[in-house]
Amino acid sequence: MIEPRILEVRTKILKKNDELAREMRRGFESLGLLVVNMVSSPGTGKTAFLQETLLRLRARGIPVAAVVGDLETDNDARRLAESGAPVRQIMTHGLCHLEADMVQSHLAGWNLADLHYLFIENVGNLVCPTSWDLGESVRLALLSVTEGEDKPLKYPGLFNTADIAAITKIDLAAACEFDRDAACANIEAVRPGMRIIETSVKTGAGIDDWLDYLAEKRRAL
Amino acid sequence: MHELSIATSIVAIVGEQVLQHGGGRITGVTLRIGRLSCVHEDALRYSFDLVTEGTPLAGASLAVIEVPVRIWCAICKAEVELPGIQRFACPACGHLSGDIRAGRELDIESIQIEADPTASDQTASNTPEPTQPEPS
Repeated sequence: MIEPRILEVRTKILKKNDELAREMRRGFESLGLLVVNMVSSPGTGKTAFLQETLLRLRARGIPVAAVVGDLETDNDARRLAESGAPVRQIMTHGLCHLEADMVQSHLAGWNLADLHYLFIENVGNLVCPTSWDLGESVRLALLSVTEGEDKPLKYPGLFNTADIAAITKIDLAAACEFDRDAACANIEAVRPGMRIIETSVKTGAGIDDWLDYLAEKRRAL
Repeated sequence: MHELSIATSIVAIVGEQVLQHGGGRITGVTLRIGRLSCVHEDALRYSFDLVTEGTPLAGASLAVIEVPVRIWCAICKAEVELPGIQRFACPACGHLSGDIRAGRELDIESIQIEADPTASDQTASNTPEPTQPEPS
């Protein structure tokens, strides 16, 4: 006789990724390595922001590296490598987000103990990367003035998982009639208490604040 | 379409769990999906049908329990449910709170199986049911 029964499992669907990410984070933090996962829409200026970050940190003699995720092409990795920092490209071939094992496999051969910061530039997407922990200590969400102030309200899930928000291309704010107060209020509504930095890689605005934030987070590891 | 990755994980976990519990025909899977998890239910159903083909989950139904967001309101000293996900403010007093107590779930709650009790008695004390194919 066939009997239906219910198996209560209560298991996290992404437990494999979660467990690996937790283990990676423990490893990174024990080495004094601050790992930053950068998420935004395509076109926000993640690569330019990261390039500036790498250049500025290297100019201070701080050892940094980056891995960058894209569906196709290694253009971003080549751009970032101009900073002189070690950079690796993760080509996802259609996958819309990075997963912890993809990051882990691209770190092989690097001596992580020699690094102070590792940046992971996620695939440009404000939905899919939300639930994948990459072992980062800091998740940075970027939003450009050209995207509109209501982006955080449209993608609350992702903004809600971030630790810090950077508004990019602030030098174009006037031309875009960007309403800073509305943008900040929207970020605050979906992630109360989150720090917001207004930045421009053209003028250098806010970059020092960002680097200070990183240093403070690394000291707290 | 990150729902495809999620559906693939579901198939792997359900296959493992059912094997561990003596096997059986899988007729349904119930999920708990928080409103902050950024999972689109239709996309997940589509992906689920796609990836279950040729696995022990083929034809299984998918039930989704949507979990609303709950935050801790320090003013009201209570856990409160939010009507949406665009404003993390207490519906009673308006206080903004980043202390999230529910809404990020991405869980398999339960699996419905049909098992022959005599067959499962035999397998429970022995090795897992050998006729169960490995999940892909």
